[in-house]
Amino acid sequence: MLIQKGKALALVGNHAVAYAVKQAKPQVLAVFPITPQTTMLEKLSEYIDNGELKAELIKVESEHSAMAAIFGAALTGSRVFTATASQGLLYMTEMIYWVGGQRVPLVAAVATRAIASPWSIWDDHQDFVSKRDAIWVQMMGENVQDAYDITLMSFRISEDPRVMMPVMMGFDGFILTHTMERVEVLPDSVVDEFLPPREFKLVDFDNPLGIGAVATPDNYARYRKKAMEAMERAKMAIKEVMAKFEEITGRKQYGLTECYMCEDADYLVVGMGAWVGDMRVAVSRLRERGKKVGLLKVKVFRPFPREEVREALKSRKGVVVFDRAYSFGSGGVLSLEVKANAYGLTTPVHTIVAGLGGKDVRPRDIEGTLEDLIEGKLEEERWLA
Amino acid sequence: MFLRGNAACPGCPIPKELDALLEVTGKKTVLVVPASCTSVILGDTQGGQPATIPVIHSAFAAAPAIASGVASSLRMRGEEDATVVVWAGDGGTGDIGFASLSGAAERNENILYVCYDNEAYMNTGIQRSGLTPYGAWTTTTPSGKREFKKPLPLIIAEHRVPYVATASIAYLNDYQSKVRKAKGKKGFRYIHLLSPCPPGWRFDAGLTVEIAKLAVETGIWPLYEIENGEFRLTSASKVLVDKSKRKPVEAYLRYQGRFSKMTPEEVKALQDYVDKMWEELREMAKK
Repeated sequence: MLIQKGKALALVGNHAVAYAVKQAKPQVLAVFPITPQTTMLEKLSEYIDNGELKAELIKVESEHSAMAAIFGAALTGSRVFTATASQGLLYMTEMIYWVGGQRVPLVAAVATRAIASPWSIWDDHQDFVSKRDAIWVQMMGENVQDAYDITLMSFRISEDPRVMMPVMMGFDGFILTHTMERVEVLPDSVVDEFLPPREFKLVDFDNPLGIGAVATPDNYARYRKKAMEAMERAKMAIKEVMAKFEEITGRKQYGLTECYMCEDADYLVVGMGAWVGDMRVAVSRLRERGKKVGLLKVKVFRPFPREEVREALKSRKGVVVFDRAYSFGSGGVLSLEVKANAYGLTTPVHTIVAGLGGKDVRPRDIEGTLEDLIEGKLEEERWLA
Repeated sequence: MFLRGNAACPGCPIPKELDALLEVTGKKTVLVVPASCTSVILGDTQGGQPATIPVIHSAFAAAPAIASGVASSLRMRGEEDATVVVWAGDGGTGDIGFASLSGAAERNENILYVCYDNEAYMNTGIQRSGLTPYGAWTTTTPSGKREFKKPLPLIIAEHRVPYVATASIAYLNDYQSKVRKAKGKKGFRYIHLLSPCPPGWRFDAGLTVEIAKLAVETGIWPLYEIENGEFRLTSASKVLVDKSKRKPVEAYLRYQGRFSKMTPEEVKALQDYVDKMWEELREMAKK
């Protein structure tokens, strides 16, 4: 699968993430197979089996146990990792909240996929965004390179003393997990410097602690408030880690969001994940035809980049948010976030619900929507279904 | 000794059972405690710490998997002399936590799993579990449970783990020697402790040890160990293969309000169940 050419490899997304995980040197992993994550698990098993990664892979009997096992290992001082998708993410949800509530630094990758029923193995973001209240930092990759980069950054962000929180790295199932792209990987020595050995541990026989015990209402509320404050601090830490990563890679990482052709744009399209690439194409084509459009990419979903999004929305004539997940009875999930941060502005925000269960969306669909927006023909919410 | 004060009910054997365990496993013990009475007994201590060892509180179904992660991490830290103990009730063990328990046993994780079995969901107020015995009243079996107790130690033994044992607070030496034996082994070890519950079983809080003793003497709670597949009766249970040496189960039932509504036919059904179990134990002891 690997075509070595200098520091550039041809990798499918799952293998790019596995490669980054190997370079991050976790000591304990626990992963349960689920489509479309499985080939990542297989690659990690190979790394451990052939000695490239000195770690224990706990072959758990479920995703619930996968998250539980790395929780225990992380408390005991190991750098840890797991990965899942869809039903698996739902099945580990109880432990996702447990880990978030305890603010345990660890990293999980989510190969995003629709949620049953009916069964669908294809991509949307319903699984990923359903974890928005679990006290996790959540970031989405746009392409395979991004998935590799975000995985490495996730470990550093998670273990940052200002953050001390689990990080979820999302990347679109099949669209990225199974697509081969050119990926520039860092030399191991550079990663070693970027990710020094982890120092966090709570299981300590000399200083024994009770972890996760019953809390009184006063203490519980105080812990939650501290988590809120840590989430706000995380924004600064994420920006710094991205800046550091830019420095060592020479690759532009931007920040919590990225604006493309935004400066003089009257109209914006907002998106998150792999189809941002299609949005770039759509925006470029419209620019060629003289339409003043721009793209706002949401790279970090939690903490939500409220200030950046609000700033980007100011004095636009119209904004359309593309949603791959829907809160039934309310609206597109990303749209709701964007609308909340447009409160008090005069900018109208429209929603396109598309790509659910892997339904194909092409640059021309995005182009058409933007044209309708410009011509004032776009309703507040439209489903491409 | 290890517990610095706790919130157990009067007559509850759990603090003593836990203390007796930690006396053997020592200061290099990590305790993983899923939702159960012990969550409350050790709980509400923010800023304090009820035990002198690290304790990880856990979601109900997760303890064996968390312990697996702890064991792996300790191995990577080179601290294999530490003992990782899951301390769980019957619901966390036999019902909601059964899949992760079976998974950890199948992987032969280096864990000592102790189930303190008070035979119902006592932490939430006496609702039936898969380990509640036949005939017992609970708030969800108001006229008595119709099904028999899940034979958990034997189910775990079927996973071919290095060590499985039953124990009782009334036979402390037997219990502690089993913990000592388990501590000396590697891989998945399982000890099932019958843990009488005064409010849940409806008996006087001063009778805990007496009830625990009667459970063994009537044969309803046999003491045994299965070491590398080899079955052996231990302590007071050694002589009970002979039915005449066993007290009738009625002697155990009559002190407990939870069995007070059982008809004579139901008592007989339970006695027959116990007798049949002992026929099976006799066969196992012969092998």
